[in-house]
Amino acid sequence: MNALEIKDLSMRAGLFSVGKLSLTIGEGEYFTLMGHTGSGKSLLLKAVCGLARIETGRIRIHGEDVTELEPRFRGVGYVPQDGGLFPHLSVQRNIVFPLIVRGLSFDQAAAETAEVVETLGLTPLLDRAIRGLSGGERQKVALARALACRPRLLILDEPLCSLDEPARYEICTELCRVQKRFNLATLHVCHSRAEAEQVSDGVGVMHGGQLIETGVLKEILEESGHEAVQRLFNINGATL
Amino acid sequence: MVGPRIHPLSLLCTGMLLFCVAIVVGLIAADVMYLAGQKFSAGEIWKLFTADAILRALRLSLITSLTTLALVIITAVPAGYALSRYRFPGHSLCNTLVDVPIFLPPVVIGISLLAFFGFGVGHALKQALSGVGISLVSWIGIVLCQYVISMSYGIRSIKAAFDTGLCELEQVACTLGCSQWQAFWKVSLPLARPGVLAGCILVWARGIGVFGPLMVFVGTGSRVQVMPTMMWLELSVGNIEVSLAIALIMLVLTSAGLVAIHFLERGRS
Repeated sequence: MNALEIKDLSMRAGLFSVGKLSLTIGEGEYFTLMGHTGSGKSLLLKAVCGLARIETGRIRIHGEDVTELEPRFRGVGYVPQDGGLFPHLSVQRNIVFPLIVRGLSFDQAAAETAEVVETLGLTPLLDRAIRGLSGGERQKVALARALACRPRLLILDEPLCSLDEPARYEICTELCRVQKRFNLATLHVCHSRAEAEQVSDGVGVMHGGQLIETGVLKEILEESGHEAVQRLFNINGATL
Repeated sequence: MVGPRIHPLSLLCTGMLLFCVAIVVGLIAADVMYLAGQKFSAGEIWKLFTADAILRALRLSLITSLTTLALVIITAVPAGYALSRYRFPGHSLCNTLVDVPIFLPPVVIGISLLAFFGFGVGHALKQALSGVGISLVSWIGIVLCQYVISMSYGIRSIKAAFDTGLCELEQVACTLGCSQWQAFWKVSLPLARPGVLAGCILVWARGIGVFGPLMVFVGTGSRVQVMPTMMWLELSVGNIEVSLAIALIMLVLTSAGLVAIHFLERGRS
């Protein structure tokens, strides 16, 4: 069974539109979605999360049609660009938040999230305030919070774009480790070829609201004749 | 001397701040010094501040302004949230209309209330209230005037508080399992709290100081005398000492309220 199946999805945001897009992500697959700014990647992610309305098409997660479901019932863990952490809560309160809203007590929620916290090495940060964290620490906390409610699909919207190269490498390594550990299908939006090479099983390239390439990154780099792909990866000296 | 020089901009800004503070301090000092210059004995000052009429007006001012504040919170928090979050036909018009009471001269609000309850639906409502023994020339009329005047300040401040980039965090909360209600109570409202609190201060201070509409709509009868109307009445018959005493009580009251709220806020943060 596929972890995510998008079929003939079209949607509109102002003058921009995403048209008749289909995409499949397998169980445990790490799929990276790439494309220039304004190509529709983030809009597609929001549609999968249930945060943006679609015009046509269906979205299925692990076989269940979630097209009409509210975001909270989709079983998706979402990490936005800046982490989206709640600044009025401590690190631990952020991590247990999804379980608290599901009715667990703080102690139960802390016990439930202990494994994720341990895996991401966040134990020393638990009592810290959000405003004192570095960019990398923020992303780890956001990831832990997204994993806390045991999602069926992890969605990462350019989570590493504000990090420097060493921090980006470290978080990418963590992402791969965590994704394998929990065998979690992941849809990750990024701009960086190095990032995609490090984490991806499969890659999709979006341009002008269309999914123009899907496959393994190496094959796309070698075989794609699409100008937008060449410009995105700066192949044959094509410039951005 | 080493280190960065003091920039003219910081001098200018600090100077302007001191100028504004000096105006407030100067006015308070003038009130205190005038009363001090009257050579009252301690007993006379005590009598002045604890006169029955003053205490009655103080009580009515507190009851009505706090009732108004409660009503504004109940209505302005959802209204400010709606203006901040939702886009609907007529949004811009609503956004403009809620500001109208801020720009109107306060007396106009009183006249408009008189007109509203003078005919049509308003008149029918007034008659119905009279039928069950409720008169608008009472604390209810006072609350009505205070509410109409201060509601706009509440909506404006609360909308500004919800405007500050909370939408994305609400969306994240929804993906983490929150309903719209939970996202509002657990994320948006706590994060907007400083702005909401500032709005409440503004609403309460504006409400307790309402004068013009009260003169027009409820008058100055002894049952409906609040601090501002009593102050004016005493001034109009030459009792400047009583007027200043009321002014000082209002000053102490509002200052105490502001200080308490700032302390509460600091304690929470």
